Amino acid sequence: MKKGKDLIIENRGKKPREPISNTNLLMTITICTFIGMYLLAMFVWGGGFLNPQQFLDLFNNNAFLLIIACGLTMVMISGGIDISGGGVTALVTMACVVYLEDHGGTVIGSLLLALGIGLFFGLLHGILVAYLEIQPFIVTLAGMFFARGMVTIVSIAPRTATHEAFLNLKQMRITIPGMGYYGKTGIFIPAQIELGVVIALIVVIAVAIILKWTRFGRNLYAVGGNSHSALTLGINVKRTKFYAYLLAGILSGIAGYVYLLHTGAGDAANATQAEMQAIASNIIGGTLLTGGVGNVIGTLFGMLSLKTITNIVIASGLTKPYYQSITTGLMLCFFILLQSVILAVREKGAIGLLPEWLRPGKKDNKQS
Amino acid sequence: MGSLFKKMARSQLAIPLFALFLLVVFNLIRDPEFFSITIATNNDGNAVLSGNLISILNGASAIAILSIGMTLITSSCKGQDISVAAVAAIAGSVFVSVLRANEITIPVFLLAFLLSCVVSVLFSLFNGVLVAVFKIQPMIATLILFSAGRSIAYWINGGATPTVSSPLLTSIGGFIPGIPIPTPILIMVIFLILITLVLRFTNLGLYTQVVGINEGTAHLNGISPVWIKLIAFIISGVCVATAGCITVCRIGLINHETLLLDAEMDVILAVAIGGNALSGGKFNLYGSVIGAYIIQALTVTLYAMKVPSAAVKAYKAIVIILIVVCSSPVVKDFVVRMYKKMFKKQPEKEVQAKAA
Repeated sequence: MKKGKDLIIENRGKKPREPISNTNLLMTITICTFIGMYLLAMFVWGGGFLNPQQFLDLFNNNAFLLIIACGLTMVMISGGIDISGGGVTALVTMACVVYLEDHGGTVIGSLLLALGIGLFFGLLHGILVAYLEIQPFIVTLAGMFFARGMVTIVSIAPRTATHEAFLNLKQMRITIPGMGYYGKTGIFIPAQIELGVVIALIVVIAVAIILKWTRFGRNLYAVGGNSHSALTLGINVKRTKFYAYLLAGILSGIAGYVYLLHTGAGDAANATQAEMQAIASNIIGGTLLTGGVGNVIGTLFGMLSLKTITNIVIASGLTKPYYQSITTGLMLCFFILLQSVILAVREKGAIGLLPEWLRPGKKDNKQS
Repeated sequence: MGSLFKKMARSQLAIPLFALFLLVVFNLIRDPEFFSITIATNNDGNAVLSGNLISILNGASAIAILSIGMTLITSSCKGQDISVAAVAAIAGSVFVSVLRANEITIPVFLLAFLLSCVVSVLFSLFNGVLVAVFKIQPMIATLILFSAGRSIAYWINGGATPTVSSPLLTSIGGFIPGIPIPTPILIMVIFLILITLVLRFTNLGLYTQVVGINEGTAHLNGISPVWIKLIAFIISGVCVATAGCITVCRIGLINHETLLLDAEMDVILAVAIGGNALSGGKFNLYGSVIGAYIIQALTVTLYAMKVPSAAVKAYKAIVIILIVVCSSPVVKDFVVRMYKKMFKKQPEKEVQAKAA
């Protein structure tokens, strides 16, 4: 105790640095871990990890997951949970394929259909959670059941899209200038990303801007941190929660369309367990389920870490799928424990143990 | 009359019982023979009860047992354990591997069950330590075993789906010779009685609720929240092992991928439909058990209506939404207010009519 007091007195004269917020601290750890992990993989296993295309494939294969996770980040910051993402994604893929194939639909029409389905689920969840005050877990669980059941009602057999305009859109690749690798024949093959990745990155940036600079975004943090004090501050808690679920639903719809752009097929088994992977991405990215803490950039790196560890496990020769899920579990365990310990240490204010910039509670104004 | 309605609306069991009642009435209207119980003879030549009612009670027993543990966890930790089905797969794998290594006799069976209990309690305690000591949200803490649990079961089984068969196992999963009621129902009833006795004669139930309602208060009153939470997880571990072993006995093999698939979701639903707040605090075990039976009755009804098995989920979701909307506090308040309005205006009208 004495030590801590002395330190505070000592530091009073100096310019104390702004203590880093929980959100940023957890996010920084995730980003550092990801970069460290990827660099390690590059040095140890080389091969595929040196290939920029493999890095971009992380995005190509998981763009839909990223979009679901972004929606989930907003819901989780508001203190709720949405586990319907995977189900809605599957429903959108199936509905759009059936619409394109059997009902002579257009690409624009299918996109609108995807948004409509997402909007429907978002509205349903929003109204039930925010205005009827039903537990979000149950509401979105029912939403997931409904979506998964509806997929098989729309079509039991898996369907593949053959619509020409849609296939053109699906084949669209965007070449990244300056990035690429030399193939076996020595020809330079430029690295490419799919259209879905662009959509996913736009979503990430948009959500980041919403969370950082809009009134709605700041309200989300307030509501998630302490909904009672948010209410006394005059924030419309119910409407904020409603919009969070609405946006998450719409983003799930977009995620479904991106999934369709990637695989081109509607299947009841599409995006199985995507909701749990999205939750895991969020947790690794430093978003807390208790609400009020989180960042969408962290989610992005959480998703990348989650998928990179799978690649590393495969690269190290453990190709059986159960090794992957066990390592995923271990990684989750590591991050969860790390976050728990960090937050506990910061809350208790074990000042002497921590470097200066980690210390909470000294928010003196900067004198510049 | 008014007070009776108020009591009804306030009782936690009112909505689940009403939903169950509606389901029964619906089935009776649709098919008056739906709940008829017949005595049939099974392959072993025993006289056994059969019928939709028995299959509902039998099918729900695993989920009902799991929901007991889940209720305690929900109440004390303010969150849910989503790893129950995965841990049940691990427990089932241990159970089967012990049984396959030995000749199946009653002591070996008991040993296998005990070992699977120990293993599942250990895994539950892992969750429990994360939740109680490290203060991690239960859903996130159990996400670890949710994603890794079935893989651990796969590893125990060596990647195969081994089968076990013995008259002893069929009597646990099916019928004990001479008793016409399926054994899982009996196990469920015994389990419920045991837990009821524990809650009645110890302070566990009260302490669990206190920890759920206000941890700080519990701590100040000398109740250790950590221990109460760990005890909830231990009880849940025993429930999980029992449910896993019953299911293994019933189907005669362990398939780590499909054993009790999606059961964690059904169990959480059962707890919620039973009127328990998922945010912790007060709980009612019987509500959760009734919730489990509602879910199974709904499933059996939908199957009887020839709904394809993959589409059952969609209809189930609609009914679940209806039940939770009816039991939501906002809707309840609204109904009570409307009821009061109606009953307060009537006397005024009567007075006016008399005056006129």
